[in-house]
Amino acid sequence: MRLSRRSAVALIMAVMSMTGSACSDDSADLTVYSGRIADLMGPLFNQFEQETGVKVKVRYGDSAEVAGAALEEGDKPRADVLLVQDAGNIGQVSKSGRLTTLDAGVVDKVPTQFRSVDNHWVGLSGRARVVAYNTDKVREDQLPPEITGFSDPRWKGRLAWAPTNGSFQAFITAFRVMEGDAAAEAWLRGVKANEAKVFPNNVAILDAVGRGEVDTGFVNHYYLYRARAEGQAGKAENKYYGAGDPGGLVNVSAAGILRGAKHPVAARRLVEFLLSDNAQRYFADKTFELPVVPTVQADPALPPITALARPEVDLARLEDAKGTVDLLTRLGVL
Amino acid sequence: MLVAAIAVLPAVYLVIRAREAGLGATADLVLTTRTAQLLGRSLGLAAAVTVTAVLIGVPVGWLTARTDLPGRRLFTVLTALPLAVPSYVAALAVVAAFGPRGTIARWLGPLGVDRLPELYGFPGAWLALSLSTFPYVTLTVRGALRRLDPALEEVSRSLGVGSWETFLRVTLPQMAPAAAAGALLAALYTLADFGAVSLLRYDTFTRAIYVQYKGSLDYSAAAVLALVLAVMSLAVVAVESRMRSRTRIVSSRTARQPRVVPLGRWRLAAAGAMALIVVLGLALPVATLVTWLVVGAQEGVDLAGTLRAAVHSAQASGLGALAAVGAAWPVAVLSARRRGSVARWTERAAYVGYALPGLVVALSLVFFGARVATALYQTVAMLVLAYLVLFLPQGLGALRSTIAQVSPRLEEASRSLGASRLKTTLRVLLPLVRPGAAAAFALVFLTAMKELPAALLLGPTGWDTLATRVWASTSEGFLARAAAPALLLIAVSSVPLVFLALRDNR
Repeated sequence: MRLSRRSAVALIMAVMSMTGSACSDDSADLTVYSGRIADLMGPLFNQFEQETGVKVKVRYGDSAEVAGAALEEGDKPRADVLLVQDAGNIGQVSKSGRLTTLDAGVVDKVPTQFRSVDNHWVGLSGRARVVAYNTDKVREDQLPPEITGFSDPRWKGRLAWAPTNGSFQAFITAFRVMEGDAAAEAWLRGVKANEAKVFPNNVAILDAVGRGEVDTGFVNHYYLYRARAEGQAGKAENKYYGAGDPGGLVNVSAAGILRGAKHPVAARRLVEFLLSDNAQRYFADKTFELPVVPTVQADPALPPITALARPEVDLARLEDAKGTVDLLTRLGVL
Repeated sequence: MLVAAIAVLPAVYLVIRAREAGLGATADLVLTTRTAQLLGRSLGLAAAVTVTAVLIGVPVGWLTARTDLPGRRLFTVLTALPLAVPSYVAALAVVAAFGPRGTIARWLGPLGVDRLPELYGFPGAWLALSLSTFPYVTLTVRGALRRLDPALEEVSRSLGVGSWETFLRVTLPQMAPAAAAGALLAALYTLADFGAVSLLRYDTFTRAIYVQYKGSLDYSAAAVLALVLAVMSLAVVAVESRMRSRTRIVSSRTARQPRVVPLGRWRLAAAGAMALIVVLGLALPVATLVTWLVVGAQEGVDLAGTLRAAVHSAQASGLGALAAVGAAWPVAVLSARRRGSVARWTERAAYVGYALPGLVVALSLVFFGARVATALYQTVAMLVLAYLVLFLPQGLGALRSTIAQVSPRLEEASRSLGASRLKTTLRVLLPLVRPGAAAAFALVFLTAMKELPAALLLGPTGWDTLATRVWASTSEGFLARAAAPALLLIAVSSVPLVFLALRDNR
């Protein structure tokens, strides 16, 4: 017993000393809160460090979590740059006045529909809403020409959705903006009446569509290409929706600089870097997203972003995320 | 008092933020049929999971602590390990095995069974959560059984009472407070769980809070809902403490090994049942992870990064467990020895943090850290503090039930012989309570290892743990990459359990 007590004390001391060393390392020149995971963003941050010599520290998390942390920190921000999965999250942070205005010179090359009106945030990569379908179960010409068609009883028991997913909610917000609240509500009621299967996320939907567990599902475009790259796509295929249809909304991952950031100059350089041709090509080649800088080509398998995104859908107008959550909650979808 | 103040920190912040939402809006949000419905679903799930956890946990605890079960030592460790499996991994494993396209469906397919009972919704959530919470009951029951005075049973037997009746009337009531403490942990864990219910598509109150917050980043609304959950959990705590106040059994002497109960012809049956539980609760998730690992090995495993994360996890969880047990000590002593309202309320306050959704607690500590504890914020110390808030009750449950079994007369004797209070605690109470304290440490350690929101938001920037690595990979669907950190997480978590089991059986 005496021995075990001594060894316990030794263990505690060892752990304490390791903790001390973990705390003392604080030499970052730039801190990023990233709502996109290290597997996607890490290589870009490394490249930025190499090119500029600026040392970057990144806190990875869920988009809502890191945006939430930035909001809770308020005027005492610990991060310089906030980077999230979709325009809705960063719109909330912008609305509470936590972001600074980005230099027009940096963000001008991005079409206005992919950044906020006041340049508080800028899109980095585009992600189109699509309908994934199983080619054994459905022929492309059997799919409705507009997303509204899926509320038809013909699709009963053949749909999958992920109502808790941020991209799905942004799509509903776009639906409300483009077609009105009443139309959005009617569509949601119809799809719900069609007993759409609820999934926790897009990956699970694409997986189920690929295996034929469900005929069609509402997802983002790139999950198909990522699954294909890993040989996991099964019989899934994407249906892109055309101009003027909320079903083809192009949302963006986005970045902004926090008000009160300790390293504003380095932060500006990072945003500049993320919009550079190199970084944009990375999004096109590695994450199968759509570059927001029009001069950079998307993956040849994808339709060009200009064919998908319409100037009349202003992503900044997708700020009413709360209205969408309230609607989904009221309808019992969430 | 300080412990209580730290424990209620998130709740106080919630009240402040809930008030911001305005009372009218608050009432609109809370007083809907949907909220009531969600409350019902959460409570129903918690009740079902708790009953199942007790039905599995008590026999497992007794069999591994007191009988000649074959492979007892091994089963002691293996039946505690499901606690190390994060609930979202347990849920994924349940889907992989029992889902519409799962292993069981494939086996039964050729036999003409083409439809399994629906897994998604209540059945799946109940199964996954029961399998990951029953060790709470096992561990607390074992802690109590180790401390059980064998004289009680012997007296009963010598008075001519049969062995079965002795078990029912003497052993079982002795286990009851510990079982109730474990059941409380299982119930509150279920109330606060997000991972399993979201993957298995069962809409509960906590899931609603997450959805509400993640959709709108409206903390005030989430705060209102979270407060409802806090009130609900206090009600559950009150039920447990009522049950406890009816059973009050104190043993007077000890340190003798209790008699080992021979199982006779039941030995193999018992071992079979234990094996089944281990297969469902542990082997299934591990097998799922190994399948992923095989797929993932093709693209290479980041071994160095995973090991570094393991060290981080062990540090934060180890310190968090020490802090939680240390802080639980005075509260447990107060609660077991005195009946005053200070003790009672301190104890109840401690449970609030545990039953709140992790994200809500983590965000409130972000606010606290960025403004008040600026020196601690985003250091390991802040994470340790968060674990103290979140997991104090786990330490408390195991400690209190063990302390309650130590007769106060031993301490009184020590004091009357001139020993100081400190000396009495160190020389008399501590050695007697050690099994309970060790169990408390192991419990908090296990739970902290798999904790996610606090590790993401409160630890040093750029400092990842095994749990955050698992999350990062699963969130984008790179399941294969999650396998290595998840397996390591289970392995590291088993270290204190192995120590516990070995010491027990010495």
